Amino acid sequence: MADKMEKLFVKGNEAIAMGALAAGCRCFFGYPITPQNDIPEFMSKHLVEAGGEFVQAESEVAAANMLLGAGACGVRAMTSSSSPGMSLKQEAISYMAGSEIPAVIVNMNRGGPGLGDIGPSQGDYFQSTRGGGHGDYRLLVLAPSSAQEAYDMTYDAFDLAFGSKNPVLILGDAIIGQMKEPIVPRAPKVVDPEEGGDWRLIGASKSGAGKREHRIIKSLFLMDGELAGQNMKLQAKYDAWKKLVDFETFEVKDADLVVVAYGSIGRIAKNAVRALRAKGKKVGLFRPKTLYPFPEKALEKLAKEGKRFLTIEHNLGQMVEDVRLSVRKYADSDLFCVYPGNMPSPDDFEAPILRALGRK
Amino acid sequence: MSMPTKDASASEELVFARPASMVDRATHYCPGCHHGIAHRLVAELLDELELVEKTIAVASIGCSVFLYNYIDADSVESPHGRAPAVATGVKRARPDKFVFTYQGDGDLASIGMAEIMHAANRGERISVVFVNNTVYGMTGGQMAPTTLLGQKTTTCPVGRCKDREGSPIRMAELIAQLGGTAFCARGSLDSVKDIRQAKKYMRQAFEVQTKGLGFGFVELLSGCPTNWRMTPVAANKRITDEMIPYFPLGVYRDVAADGTCGSTVAGGE
Repeated sequence: MADKMEKLFVKGNEAIAMGALAAGCRCFFGYPITPQNDIPEFMSKHLVEAGGEFVQAESEVAAANMLLGAGACGVRAMTSSSSPGMSLKQEAISYMAGSEIPAVIVNMNRGGPGLGDIGPSQGDYFQSTRGGGHGDYRLLVLAPSSAQEAYDMTYDAFDLAFGSKNPVLILGDAIIGQMKEPIVPRAPKVVDPEEGGDWRLIGASKSGAGKREHRIIKSLFLMDGELAGQNMKLQAKYDAWKKLVDFETFEVKDADLVVVAYGSIGRIAKNAVRALRAKGKKVGLFRPKTLYPFPEKALEKLAKEGKRFLTIEHNLGQMVEDVRLSVRKYADSDLFCVYPGNMPSPDDFEAPILRALGRK
Repeated sequence: MSMPTKDASASEELVFARPASMVDRATHYCPGCHHGIAHRLVAELLDELELVEKTIAVASIGCSVFLYNYIDADSVESPHGRAPAVATGVKRARPDKFVFTYQGDGDLASIGMAEIMHAANRGERISVVFVNNTVYGMTGGQMAPTTLLGQKTTTCPVGRCKDREGSPIRMAELIAQLGGTAFCARGSLDSVKDIRQAKKYMRQAFEVQTKGLGFGFVELLSGCPTNWRMTPVAANKRITDEMIPYFPLGVYRDVAADGTCGSTVAGGE
């Protein structure tokens, strides 16, 4: 069935909403903010028509807390926002991580700090990969570079969230969200109605075969040593995510210089690398698809082979810290920043790549 | 002489016992605190309405965060003030469940003001138990939005002043104005008579949910002897003498009684 699917011409935002529907998302809680409005707008029609629940919340804070409630019931649920809204959602995200509640959260990153602008930016890399809210926790962070990847990552995100009882973050930007391109949809998932059966809240039977103790989903652990135990359990989960690391490489085999870039910038950088290859320059591209867990081992291996690195980001230098940590035993990374408020083209990247290539 | 054939207790009638929905455990609440009474009323109603097996409780932040240790129902812990939003998510995900929040005055009337107003306005099919004791209890008795004028707390040490801190907020009156509210009342836990009446209000606030009529809200005037620096007896008297005159008891909205039952917009229009 999947290979018979018709191609669709959609915005990245719509691709995300479609991916969520196909993945069995049953509840969506949103709030208007540019550049992600297509997602709640799509859901307010199509999710409701599919028998799901859509709520336009009174605030980003409330939307994220509605997500917490639905997730605690073991129901596939999602919220989406953009940078200033993501700051507001961090409270509930921290509680969800602490309470081990699965959920899918989308951030179509726009310029900041503050109100910033409504254009693309990667300024939320730190917020996304370091937890974002208070406390010692992580999200699984997926970074699409096309509408198709946005669809596929959202389609897979619910399984990942329920598999690890943790919020999963899709980190796009205004380019990914607003750009229209073809996607091939996938067959709708058949979600197990018993999903989350051993922890979800559904009412506790007090008699008969299904009799059980009442369940408590919480993040408060006051007893001596209790919180340490919980946080060690969370860390073990994050360690286990390392097998989920995903990335794309392009022309890295004989490259002297590897450009490291993610999301929309990774895709633009790929075109710059392609153009420079045509001119005989030994450059390649490494594009992380998972930002957390970060593909540190793969980068370390490239560094060990003697390659040098240039990180290109749509911010003032955030992911470069992870690149440097990954390659630190053997190499360093140069940095080229595209300032938020500017839309880069592949041509803009050629000169900085050549500069880094020429430096010994 | 023959031995007694019956145990003496067999002839006794059991008239008072722990509700089945209440966990057999000593609470952490201070002497004279009314949370224990409010918890018991919740548990009695879950028993009487046969709701406990389909209940999902939403605990909030404050002394009553440990509600889930005492009420024998599936429970989720909400961030501070967000319980009505969490309950919205629960109810939308599981519309066949009975969902209630249990919140204090700092939680509901201060940091959670937006969430409670909008959940009521949407007419979420949830029930809210609002315990108003005029202070932040768990953090040590700071000023709350419901602190009475002149009342001394650790953050208004000379007494709450209208010009400086504003007037105490009357939540039941506010909630009653919103279109989705199906039942809204204020009761008190200061006397046996008022407790009995409060339970009737709570039953109605629960039943508007089970009947699908809309949002149910009940405010309970409660004592906090520890943070009021009073004996439990004096605290009860303070509710009677000072709180009830400012926070009048009674029903503020009842769509079943006033004939607006079944309309999509209960108030307004």
